[in-house]
Amino acid sequence: MNWQLSISSIPDLLQGAILTIELTAVAVSSGTIIGLLMAMCRLSKRKFLSVPSAVYVDFFRGTPLLVQLLLIGYGAPQVLNFQAPDNWFYIASIIALALNSGAYITEIFRAGIQSIDRGQSEAARSLGMSQTQSMLYVILPQAVKRVIPPLGNEFIAMLKDSSLVSVLAIQELLLSGKIIVGRTYQPFPVYIMVALIYLVMTFIISRFVNYTERRFAKNDIR
Amino acid sequence: MISVKNLHKYFGKLEVLKGVDAQIAEKEVVVVIGPSGSGKSTFLRCLNKLEEATSGEIIIDGIPLNDNATNINMIRREVGMVFQRFNLFPHKTALKNIELAPIKVRGQGRQEAEQKARELLRKVGLEDKADVYPDQLSGGQQQRVAIARALAMHPKIMLFDEPTSALDPEMVGEVLTVMKNLAREGMTMVVVTHEMGFAREVGDRVLFMDEGIIVEEGSPEEIFSNPKNPRTQSFLSKIL
Repeated sequence: MNWQLSISSIPDLLQGAILTIELTAVAVSSGTIIGLLMAMCRLSKRKFLSVPSAVYVDFFRGTPLLVQLLLIGYGAPQVLNFQAPDNWFYIASIIALALNSGAYITEIFRAGIQSIDRGQSEAARSLGMSQTQSMLYVILPQAVKRVIPPLGNEFIAMLKDSSLVSVLAIQELLLSGKIIVGRTYQPFPVYIMVALIYLVMTFIISRFVNYTERRFAKNDIR
Repeated sequence: MISVKNLHKYFGKLEVLKGVDAQIAEKEVVVVIGPSGSGKSTFLRCLNKLEEATSGEIIIDGIPLNDNATNINMIRREVGMVFQRFNLFPHKTALKNIELAPIKVRGQGRQEAEQKARELLRKVGLEDKADVYPDQLSGGQQQRVAIARALAMHPKIMLFDEPTSALDPEMVGEVLTVMKNLAREGMTMVVVTHEMGFAREVGDRVLFMDEGIIVEEGSPEEIFSNPKNPRTQSFLSKIL
């Protein structure tokens, strides 16, 4: 077993890991905004809002992320007939990851909002608040607390799934490893290091999520 | 102040209200009693459109509820509601619970709203609980905060939906005291309750509901001492 190679590949792999984190952070934060808006649409009584939102969620949860990446990366320029810019694959990766995680986060928010007792919105509405005010000042602040743990899980899942963007030649952690393997013909020492780096990252995130969860549970943040 | 004509309400195929008529005057305290499932809570919830009437007419302070031109939020400002399960906002302190609607809905300034909220807390005997969160309050205290929260909007009418039913027995009194004071100040009140003592002492009029209609109504004296309808008699004999 060539540990020497494992060690010497670390700098390159970390370079890739930074891109992995960047992709994941951008995808999940845009996904959170998309998810929040889509969850509102999903819960609306108006069909022209709730139906598109349901279709969006079904599509992005019901098809493989790998296919979505190829569809957007290669398919979009063709069907929309535009000249892909140089960094198109990078942009396409972020779009695909954001839309994909947005679909899952839509469901997270929907469940979080629906878990708030109906009496809360009844109390707010009976005081004369509009539906929007009730959502903004009464329901969402309570829902956000309950949504933190599943959002953390989504972040971890996205961090791992972001390895799929290597098919669009984005040199994140996995592809950085693949390149070294291609050069050295030594898959095990490199891929084991890739796996360890993913593990360290997900471990840190899950500890952080646990910590925030406990802080919220202790009620010092309301 | 409140006029209800031929109110019907269905939940799916189930007819819960089968033609309710009621007139409630300004400053009147009307107590609604009846067995569970009689539709009394549904009737109350129709009065601020938490439940939408299937048919019939409800007029609050001259404004018809089921008119499309009516902005329901404007009516709800004038109609306070107190719930069986309090429904305080758990992420806000007692003070913030009370301030929220005056600030966001009435557009009151923060200082003014806070001052009024503290006055209301004093009125319900909880001035020392301003900065406490609902889960640190007893049921009776929560319900008193909930009453203060509704009063902060300066409503013309107050609706009470079994306000003491979720309370431990020793806490019922403190809530009823607040309600009695409110009645004495001349608030128009509609109270759904099982507290017959309260109905007798504070009520100007008692409505007895059963199976979706108002079976009998009259002064507490008439209803409790000399009920005419057999269903009223049977109900009262079970609970008194």
